Amino acid sequence: MKTGSSILRSVVGRGGARDSAASISGRDAWARRLPLLAAFIYVFLMTQIPFVLTIYYSFFNWNLLKPGSFKFSGLDNYARLITDESIRTAVWNTVVLTVSVIAISVILGTAVAMILNSDVFGKGLMRTLMIAPFLIMPTAGALIWKHTLLNPLYGLIPYLLKPIGLGRVDWVGQAPMVTVVTVEVWRWTPFMMLIILAGLQSQNPEVLEAAKVDGANALQAFRRITLPLVRPFIELGALLGSLFVVQTYDSIYMLTYGGPGEDTTNIPFLLYLVAFQGYSIGQASAIGVVAVIITIIVATFALRTLFSIFQVEARR
Amino acid sequence: MISAQTSLRSKILLSVVGWLVVFIFFFPVLWMWMEALKTETQAASSPPTIFFMPTLASFQEVLSGDFPPFFINSAIASIGSTILVLVLGLPAAYALAIRPIKRTQDALFFFISTRFLPFAASLVPLYLLARDLQLLDNIFALTLIYTTINLPLGVWLLRSFLLEIPNDLFEAARVDGAAFRHEILRIVVPLIAPGIAATSLICLIFSWNEFFYAVNFTSSVAATTPIFLVGFISGRGLFYAKLAAAATVSSLPVLLAGWIAQKQLIRGLTMGAVK
Repeated sequence: MKTGSSILRSVVGRGGARDSAASISGRDAWARRLPLLAAFIYVFLMTQIPFVLTIYYSFFNWNLLKPGSFKFSGLDNYARLITDESIRTAVWNTVVLTVSVIAISVILGTAVAMILNSDVFGKGLMRTLMIAPFLIMPTAGALIWKHTLLNPLYGLIPYLLKPIGLGRVDWVGQAPMVTVVTVEVWRWTPFMMLIILAGLQSQNPEVLEAAKVDGANALQAFRRITLPLVRPFIELGALLGSLFVVQTYDSIYMLTYGGPGEDTTNIPFLLYLVAFQGYSIGQASAIGVVAVIITIIVATFALRTLFSIFQVEARR
Repeated sequence: MISAQTSLRSKILLSVVGWLVVFIFFFPVLWMWMEALKTETQAASSPPTIFFMPTLASFQEVLSGDFPPFFINSAIASIGSTILVLVLGLPAAYALAIRPIKRTQDALFFFISTRFLPFAASLVPLYLLARDLQLLDNIFALTLIYTTINLPLGVWLLRSFLLEIPNDLFEAARVDGAAFRHEILRIVVPLIAPGIAATSLICLIFSWNEFFYAVNFTSSVAATTPIFLVGFISGRGLFYAKLAAAATVSSLPVLLAGWIAQKQLIRGLTMGAVK
């Protein structure tokens, strides 16, 4: 039986045999590292040093609009984060947005992938059209939704929904989170579909045929044969997708600007408000540190799952 | 006979359902194109206009207006950062694939962890640095930031392609010296061409569509295409056709590149994990 880990065969696990090549002398070891150096130094300078500075700034009370306000304030910025309601709202909104977008787009993506994997007319064209939402510039897509599809006066969707009594609904204003989730699902479903379709296509169709001959119905065949096979692909899509969706900023900026009130303000948008509208450098840095901690917690869970797959792969 | 009939029937049924779903997902794109080809009055009519005489007036207005500099800035930042990613990433990927170092896995995870570090982690210091060096609103500063964003993905992706080249090829080159090395270049370069194409595609997509750094680090001189669209957030009067035309033109390069290189797309998006 094929293990799901094989999808990741080209990533970390491989190259193990090369690793154990003959013992490496000191000079040769440096020659081996040399090509890596430029990229390593570049990434280090642009991400790690700034992060250390972010931690440093987070202990200061510093507003760019108040000259000379750079003052050590200990844990004040963090204390404010705990008492401040807007950070809690932002964390909650980030969770709601990420979980619903990933869940819905995984389900829809699986469904579309299964249709595209079966015997249908015009498969190639279907796939081509289906990936378009992912390729459209997110800012452009968000504005098209907001102005030409959802506008309560001229938009197409309120017009189409008129017969069921939803004709004059201001979706962006009255259901802001639903709107943001809808636009993001529209964008991420093709992404999930692509990955899951690749998983389905690695399946041996004869196994499914055999199951049908043995009297399995479609649902049984899906649960027992197809699902275990595509599960790692779904996990991979959900992991990568959530790392992107957590950072959603474009569509919120364009659709709702975090509002009304703070209804759609997620962590990236709150950071933007604090740093570039309030110019509170210290406070923004504290949010940055907290965001990193949250990401590390989430990513450790997710990466552990992935890493176990890599390990299995390395042993094979 | 009967089974062939039912299978044809189920094929038709599944096709209809599939096309319906695809149509729903593709519709906003189609609608964007339609709106772009309407007159402003047709674009803002109630009920919405479905049948109309297409006109290129909105495209003309957008392209002859203040849009082109934004487009050029996007091109500079995207192409510039892609070249930098290849220049920095190829040697690194080579070191991690062909001549692996002791801590290959650690190095790979270091790179990828920086890709998924929230931009919150480094935003404030980078902003202050750019401000102090007079590099705010500078397209080359933006190019450097996009290089940072794309380099980790580039290293992973290029490595996954390099791993597919038989190791013997490189061993032979090492033993046989420079003349043979030249020969190798002729063999190896075509072999990693798909890898370079996939990496370039992914870098292009992410940097062309990037908004957060663009909107906060540029204002007028270095502003990129997504910033041009910000002007449409709460436009007054009739602007839907012009918005749709601008959105169409802005999205075109990535849409075309993604459509042409569909196979590279999956592999790129999954950092080389899914082929």
